[in-house]
Amino acid sequence: MWRWLHPYAKPEATYRLVDKLLPWFAGLTLISLLVGMVWGLAFAPADYQQGDSYRIIYIHVPAAIFSMGAYFGMAICGAIALIWQIKTAEWALPAIAPVGAAMTAIALFTGAIWGKPMWGTWWVWDARLTSELILLFLYIGVMALYAAFDDARTGAKAASILAIVGVVNLPIIHYSVEWWNTLHQGATITKFERPSIATSMLWPLLISLLGFMLLTATLVLMRYKNQLLKHELNRPWAQAELALDSRESAEETR
Amino acid sequence: MAFDSFSEFVHMGGYGLYVWSSFFLTFLVIAGVALETSVQRRRLQKESLKVQRRKQRLARRTQQASAEE
Amino acid sequence: MTAVQLWRSVLSKDLRLAARRRSDAINPLVFLLMVITLFPLGVGPGPDILARIAPGIIWVAALLATLLGVDRIFKDDYADGSLEQLCLLPQPLAFTVSAKMVSHWLLSGLPLVILSPLLALLLSLPTSAYGALSLSLLLGTPALSALAAIGASLTLPLQRGSALVSLILLPLFIPLLIFATSAVESAGMGMAVHGQLAILAAISVLTVTLAPLAVAAGVRMSVN
Repeated sequence: MWRWLHPYAKPEATYRLVDKLLPWFAGLTLISLLVGMVWGLAFAPADYQQGDSYRIIYIHVPAAIFSMGAYFGMAICGAIALIWQIKTAEWALPAIAPVGAAMTAIALFTGAIWGKPMWGTWWVWDARLTSELILLFLYIGVMALYAAFDDARTGAKAASILAIVGVVNLPIIHYSVEWWNTLHQGATITKFERPSIATSMLWPLLISLLGFMLLTATLVLMRYKNQLLKHELNRPWAQAELALDSRESAEETR
Repeated sequence: MAFDSFSEFVHMGGYGLYVWSSFFLTFLVIAGVALETSVQRRRLQKESLKVQRRKQRLARRTQQASAEE
Repeated sequence: MTAVQLWRSVLSKDLRLAARRRSDAINPLVFLLMVITLFPLGVGPGPDILARIAPGIIWVAALLATLLGVDRIFKDDYADGSLEQLCLLPQPLAFTVSAKMVSHWLLSGLPLVILSPLLALLLSLPTSAYGALSLSLLLGTPALSALAAIGASLTLPLQRGSALVSLILLPLFIPLLIFATSAVESAGMGMAVHGQLAILAAISVLTVTLAPLAVAAGVRMSVN
């Protein structure tokens, strides 16, 4: 079962795979985000309580979910890097962390902008908001720790351990709304119960969720390609790949 | 269609500023990440050229040295 | 030497070292007292305000005092190479490093618990909250020490790691801070505090059990 994974410990093979997948991810991201946003912004009915301000949900919820999803993925890569000592998994950390941090930032400020008309304040020290802010700090910590070491492999190991330790924050964020009865509303979509949202609003939300998942994947893959090239800069394949790049851009300018 | 006219769509039932600013800022952040990534790639390109030139220089020098001998 | 004997000798060595260099252990406590003294000067000596913000001040000061002691956990052993020796021993490293966590707690957490009535008095906390404050510190500080050990092990090879240690540790401390201060506040208002204290205890048990594994991994990474 594991045999088909073995080649991807080799950076060049991983690069080829990522290169092949990236256009698909990028294309699907564009389509699903476009559909989700247009549907959510223009076609979904207005909320009977919150009016049209609820439309922020179509970026707020997906960004929040994948800020956690990206962290979980980063921690898994960290675990793989620690257990099997695979370099290509180590390089995933600096690829994922900035994207996850961006998602966290998006979730935070869209939440603030949404909170202003609904709660009358930009920021409250509500449990979910606070733990999402902690998530942002965790991302920053992982990036800082990774960058602090001169030796990239030591840095990756330290960052992996921190990423795994930080995973405990994820359930705290997820259940904070249920544990503390604070200002933030409960979950909109749950797997097991009927969602607390009308179907006409749910569909665009699901599509934007898919869009944000693909968007996160696309951005991570783009950064991951850079990481692969950066660490293999002395290898002929990486140089050939980058030389191809410059030839393309030269043709474009002509 | 939830809106009757384009101006209503922009107005968003009074929440236009909030809705559009959050969408705009989201776009800005994502574009920033993407841009930074492509800048990174371009920097790698330059660095790779530098590495290659250094290699060529070294090769030439060793050739010269062996020719002089 | 069995693992337990090794554990005991590591702990007693740390305690003996601390007894000979008392300032290392006492300075964070003095720092804590100073921080607490600064607040009444800063926000005014009104007992109402002080009593309301006291739980937060005491706990935040405890977090900062913990950060001050982080360097002490592994730095000397790393510098003189004995940490490397501990890695090479057949006894499980995760168990051995837990002695380091315990010694850190005995030197920074336990004095805090003992000092807490004095701190509460200084900040005119309601008497009904004294017990909750001491209990929250008793239950919460072991987790602080365990997390501090993780931070210390991850930044060992770095020359100037102290700012980084605060950056990676403070987010991990926040859940403790939230529950502990909420416990002390509800005690001050005469409400039940079992729930918050139980969660604090749960966090501590979880952290103290799992942290040694992370610390061991971090130490191995730093030594190599």
